Formats: sequence, C-alpha cells, structure tokens
Amino acid sequence: MNLLEIKDLHAEVDGKEILKGINLTVKAGEVHAIMGPNGAGKSTLSAVLTGRERFNVTKGNIIFKGMELLQLPAEDRAREGIFLSFQYPVEIPGISTVNFLKTAVGEHRKYKKLPPLSGGEFLKMLREKMELLGMDNKLINRSLNEGFSGGEKKKNEILQMAVLNPTLAILDETDSGLDIDALRLVAQGVNKLKSPDNATIVITHYQRLLDYIVPDVVHILYDGRIVKTAGKELVPELEKYGYDWIKEGLS
Amino acid sequence: MAKENENILQEVTNGEYKYGFVTEVETDIIGKGLNEDVIRLISAKKQEPEWLLEFRLKAYKHWLTMKMPQWAQLNVPEINYQDIIYYAAPKQEAKKDWDDVDPDLKSAFDKLGIPLNEQKTLAGVAVDAVMDSISVKTTFKEALAERGIIFCSFSEAVKDHSDLVKKYLGRVVPYTDNFFAALNSAVFSDGSFVYIPKGVRSPMELSTYFRINAAKTGQFERTLIIAEEDSFVSYLEGCTAPQRDENQLHAAIVEIFIEKNAEVKYSTVQNWYPGDKNGKGGIYNFVTKRGICNGENSKLIWAQVETGSAITWKYPSTILKGNGAVSEFYSVAVTNNYQQADTGTKMIHIGNNTRSRIVSKGISAGHSSNSYRGLVKVVKTCEGARNFSQCDSLLLGDKCGAHTFPYLQVENPTAQVEHEATTSKIGEDQIFYCNQRGISNEDAVGLIIKGYAGDVINKMPMEFAVEAQKLLQISIEGSVG
Repeated sequence: MNLLEIKDLHAEVDGKEILKGINLTVKAGEVHAIMGPNGAGKSTLSAVLTGRERFNVTKGNIIFKGMELLQLPAEDRAREGIFLSFQYPVEIPGISTVNFLKTAVGEHRKYKKLPPLSGGEFLKMLREKMELLGMDNKLINRSLNEGFSGGEKKKNEILQMAVLNPTLAILDETDSGLDIDALRLVAQGVNKLKSPDNATIVITHYQRLLDYIVPDVVHILYDGRIVKTAGKELVPELEKYGYDWIKEGLS
Repeated sequence: MAKENENILQEVTNGEYKYGFVTEVETDIIGKGLNEDVIRLISAKKQEPEWLLEFRLKAYKHWLTMKMPQWAQLNVPEINYQDIIYYAAPKQEAKKDWDDVDPDLKSAFDKLGIPLNEQKTLAGVAVDAVMDSISVKTTFKEALAERGIIFCSFSEAVKDHSDLVKKYLGRVVPYTDNFFAALNSAVFSDGSFVYIPKGVRSPMELSTYFRINAAKTGQFERTLIIAEEDSFVSYLEGCTAPQRDENQLHAAIVEIFIEKNAEVKYSTVQNWYPGDKNGKGGIYNFVTKRGICNGENSKLIWAQVETGSAITWKYPSTILKGNGAVSEFYSVAVTNNYQQADTGTKMIHIGNNTRSRIVSKGISAGHSSNSYRGLVKVVKTCEGARNFSQCDSLLLGDKCGAHTFPYLQVENPTAQVEHEATTSKIGEDQIFYCNQRGISNEDAVGLIIKGYAGDVINKMPMEFAVEAQKLLQISIEGSVG
C-alpha cells in the first residue's frame, strides 16, 4: 500500500522556488534515503511534508494514507502520524521532556478520540520506550533540549518518536553532530521502531548513518528534483564519487 | 518568517476577558466627588471611632498637598478625582449565615469560581469576599478563632479589635508615603485584617477576593496582616471587575508586620478588567504593598501573578529590619493589547545578614508596555546583606515594549548583590516544534509561557497554582473559558 505519494511538488520560500517537481512514493514497511548536496532542497522537503507555514506550495499535491495532506495544519499532520526528527531540536525552557511528551500524547489521543492516559499509565509507557531504546532517564526531567549536547538532543528526538509511534518518520540530518556511539544508539533505536505498518524517510548528506539504517530505496535530490532513484547499492557509489558525479551526469 | 510568527502570536493573543459581568444588587452609594464631608460620611456609615476619622482627615489634608507621581514608565490619562464615587456598598452587611446572603451576590461569587459556602469551600482555604467597598462574608472565622487567629473584614476589625488596628495602622505605609497611599488613607472602605498570635501556624490558606461591581466607583481597600513571633500564615488575594468602557480607580494599601521567626507568604492573583482590545476601559491599579520583617529571622515571601488592569503601578516591598531576616519576591506580570504595567519591588536591607531574592518575569503582547522597576538598598550599618535579582522579559510580537529599571543603593561594602536580566521572544521555531508534536498554536504558546513562568507559579499556594496557570494562558490566548 502506498503510504505517501508526492506528485509534481513545487514549493518556494520567500518567493524563491526550491522544490521544482518532486515525485516520490513510499510504501508501508519501507525505508527511503534522500541524499543530496547542501541546498538541494532536502530540508525544504521535510518542512513542506510537516506543514511549516513559511514554505509555500505552488503546485502538485501530497497524498498521505489516502488523504490530501496539504490541507491539514501542521499539528493535524503530526496527529495523523507524521513525525519529524529535527535537524536542530528547539529548546523550551521550563518544560521538561516528560511534561512536553505528556502534552503531545494527550493531544494525539484527543484527536483519535481515545481517553487520556493517567499520569501513571503515561510514565509506564515512557519507561518501556526508554528501556527499548536503552536510554537512561536523566534527560527526561530536564527542560526540553535546554543545555543538551548534540547527541542528547538527537536521542531525545528518537525517544519522542518512540512515544508518539508515527506511521511516517522523517529523520532530517539526524546524524549531524553525533559521535559514533550516539549515532549507533540512535540508529538502533530507529531500527527497533521499524514495523511493516510504518515507513521511514532518512534525509542525510553522508553515508555513515545509512551504514546503520539500511535503506530499501535511495533517492538523490539535486536542485529541487529527484535526479536518481536506486537501491542501497547507490550509497557507496555516491560516497566514492561524490555529488559532482551526479552534477556531471546531468550536464 | 517574522510575519508568520507575528500572525500566530496575534491570533493567540487576542484574548477576551471572562469576568466582565455586572451583578444587579441594590447598592448604597455616596455621591461622586471628594471633600471632608464625604470622608466624614464614610466614617459615619462605618460607625468608626473618632481617632480613625482624624487619621482619615489628616491623610486627606496631606493628599491635597501632593501631586500624582510621574516617574513611572506609564502614560496615565488625567484622573478627575471629583468624578469618582468613593463609597459604594451592596446593601448587605457581612453575614455570618450563608442563608442570609443575597442570592445575587452568591451567584456573582459563584461565577467567579469563589466558593463562599463553607461546605463547598476548598478544604483548607478561608475566604473573605469584598464587593465594592464592603466585605460580604468571611468564611471559617470560628474555626480560626479557636486558635486565636483573627481573620475578618477591616471594618469588623475596627469595631472588635480597635486597639490592634490603632497600634499598627499606617506604621509600615504612613499616609505621607505617596499620593495614592494618602488617598487610600483618607477614603479606604474595607479590606481584610489578619492577626496570627505567637507560636500559631495558620492551619489553612487565608484568602480575600476583591470585586469591583458598581459603575463609576473607586475601590480603596486596606489589608493589615500581623504575624507575631514564631507564627506562620499564607495569605492570598484575588481581584476581578466588570467590563466597562470607563476607567475605574483602584488604590489599595497592604501593610504586613512580621515578628521574630515568623513567616508570611503573600500571594496575589490580580485580574482586574484590563480594558478592551483597543485600550478602552479597564482598571487603574495603583497599589502600595509593604511588609516589615521586624523581628530576627523573620521572613516575607511575595508571589504575584498580574494579568489584569489597564494600568498597574505596584511595588510590593520589604523592609528587612530584623537581623537575619529574609524576603523573596516572585512575580509574573502579563500585559496584552494596550495594558501598561510598571511593577517590581523594593528590598531595604537594614538588619545584619539579611537576604533577599527577586525573580521577576514580564510577558508583553499586543501594544502593551511592561516595566520592571526594583530597588535594592543596603544601609550603611547593615553588615553581610545578600541579594540576588533576576529580571526576565518575554516579548510576544514586535509592537510591545519591555523595560527594566534596576536601582542599587549599596552603602555597606560587605553586601553581595547580584543582578541578572534577559529578554527573549517566542520563536516561530518553538511553536512549529510543538505543532510537529501535535500541539496547536494556542497550546504551544501556553506551554512556552508555562515553562517561562514556572519558577514563579511554583511559589503560589498549590490550590491557586492551577488557577494562576489557567489565568496566564487565558490572558495571552484567544480562548474564552
């Protein structure tokens, strides 16, 4: 089943066209990697998928679980199961991760017309997810992302992902700023959360994350278009020849 | 990006005031205007002793010589003091029995969420409710009296505990203190009186709800709290007013005495009508609150959440006289639309090894102006004083203003004084991050503000922290409860 279908998507920011006709189909159970040089439009694509307002879609559409995604506000897209692991997670002083997540879970459940979880039920669920990911609990009582190291922020994103249990997870440059141990932990977490019902889009500049999260399909995004789609064998080639190889192939 | 941010914030900051109803009760009013006869009439209506009338008249004569202060970062329109009603009382004396209270009054306080019915009252909170110039009812009075605690309306205190009132009235805030203190001393009508005897800890929160109801009236209440040695009390005041096009004046005085090893915690949830979106109407809130830590190791904590009033001029202050005395001031002041606030504190260190801590959080939205003004003074003979001040401003949008005016007067070199200040904005990236986790714009702003103000909210008595939290969200958001 097609979980996500992006058709001829054009988008601009501040009047400048960044996405110039993206076509992409993701099925349940798949892991897709989107690679590309800086400025190709990778982060714009994740922003458009998640409904960031400053990005203006000028043409095309996105079908998610059979719904017109572009009509939904950002919070409803999240409640429908789209999760973005941010490249730069934002700090919210004074609000602990526990409180933040409890609010988020409450909103998701309200949207799905499920009864709210009690404090105890929520904490139990949170502990289970932390055990699954092999994370300790020293971060969850601190203000969200405030004073966290790069690795701690990314681990916290994956914990949020585990708790919110998305249908489509988008990892935007999740490997940036991670040392090898943190990278491994984060990747293991993502792999553990994989299921036949959900899908993952890994957006990355480098190969190294894809050594741990092995993609089924690899796309190369260049100048606002997907210029090449292949299997995981594309990754080492790209690492070897660099993006110039793609640019030359196009010219 | 800035524009999107602006739109989101504008949407969520267009809140409406939800306490703006008027209660139809028969009211006993003295005609507009102020002169000696009006003061005599107020005093006569309240059957006051001669000394109190004299106090009022002296204050009035002094007031006539004074001018309204102009130093605040406020734009105060000319106030015509002859166009104000100085006494308005619901025709209803303070009732002992709930069944005797006018049903319209009962329902007014019910609408405000203030239960006067003792059976329904939050366990552990005694309430004194003041509508316009008169105390309507005080709950739990008998239960408190068993421990020797006096908690009653100011008028009753004048009748039943005249000696105490006479001894303490005007000692921390003399009528010569400032323009509004002089005015209040001349015309004050009611308020609350609290006396905690030596060695007694109040078993419950004491709280007063002030409500302005009648049109064209000013409210001038007076609160006097006395904590004898080794005693403790936590006191809370809440305020609301109907929605009216005209501005109404509120000028209160709070005086607190704290003896050796005693502690008073004074919390305020101030939600007077702030005026409409265009700045029409609203309460002018000019208040003098001051406590004296008179005895050794005495302690005074101020905690306030200020969301209402068109104009706020208020500096709850502490005189740290006893050696080792401690005072803390925690404040969140929210201004939205065209509200103006100039608020802060004064910590006067006189006793040796006195300590003070100031945590002030301003939140400004719309076209409002929000200033922190604080004085830390250490007198020459005071050894080993310590102060820490933290003043944070949060701006929602780019049409509002935040100012910080910290004053330091340190005359003794052994003092340690620290000051920190920050200014921040709610970012579009913070709101989007919340959106992406399924949290709407409104709830996102509420959450961010909750985090920002958490240090102060946590200092409120537990029963009111939730209420204060909600109030913060409502004043900032569009959601009408």
